[in-house]
Amino acid sequence: MLRLTDATYSDMVAHALDDLPNEACGLIAAVPGTDKIERVYRCRNAAASSRLYEVEPLDHLKADRDAEGRGLEIAGVYHSHTHTDAYPSPTDVKQAPDPGWHYILVSLKDAEPVVRSYRIVDGVIAEEPVELDRR
Amino acid sequence: MAIEVEVRLPTVLRQNAGGQASVKANGETVGEIFEDLTRQFPLLKGQLVHEDGSMHKFINVYKNDDDVRYLDKLATTVGADDVISILPAVAGG
Repeated sequence: MLRLTDATYSDMVAHALDDLPNEACGLIAAVPGTDKIERVYRCRNAAASSRLYEVEPLDHLKADRDAEGRGLEIAGVYHSHTHTDAYPSPTDVKQAPDPGWHYILVSLKDAEPVVRSYRIVDGVIAEEPVELDRR
Repeated sequence: MAIEVEVRLPTVLRQNAGGQASVKANGETVGEIFEDLTRQFPLLKGQLVHEDGSMHKFINVYKNDDDVRYLDKLATTVGADDVISILPAVAGG
């Protein structure tokens, strides 16, 4: 289960659109031990590519520090797929850095963006429900 | 003289370091700090440095605000007030 607010959901989708034609990427932060995403950190895509993403390490460092200062912790990563489904690619699975993280995909393949979230543990992909808190 | 510095660990490595987010390690360079970390927490072996002695490909290491890849990599010197941050490389397709 991944819980997003209207604001965190909209920010990820807006970032995906803003960074076209490249893939957008960023980190999400939650209250430790919960699945409630409180903040979205837009990061630069160091790969600057429409097919690959690489979270700019300095942006990661800054996000990590900011989250800690707010009593949050980095709980996952989101990135966009500009022309494919909101499903992890083999590269996404191979390079998934943390089995405790949420892996969010924003697909811009169709007119309406699609957001889905996954867990990736030992190379196995499991989709998880995304709940939108309207507040 | 060995210098003690603070090392911040990402969540994925904490389980191999007694669950701690931040640990102390001794050394005068990032490489020595990593050796000390592996001595203290043997489960970290292979997660910081490759077998050939180079820095692990899937981590990014910062001395304060500087990526050590652009300093002297594992030979980067550290002082007592420095904070070493280890982050997982986050990438995909």
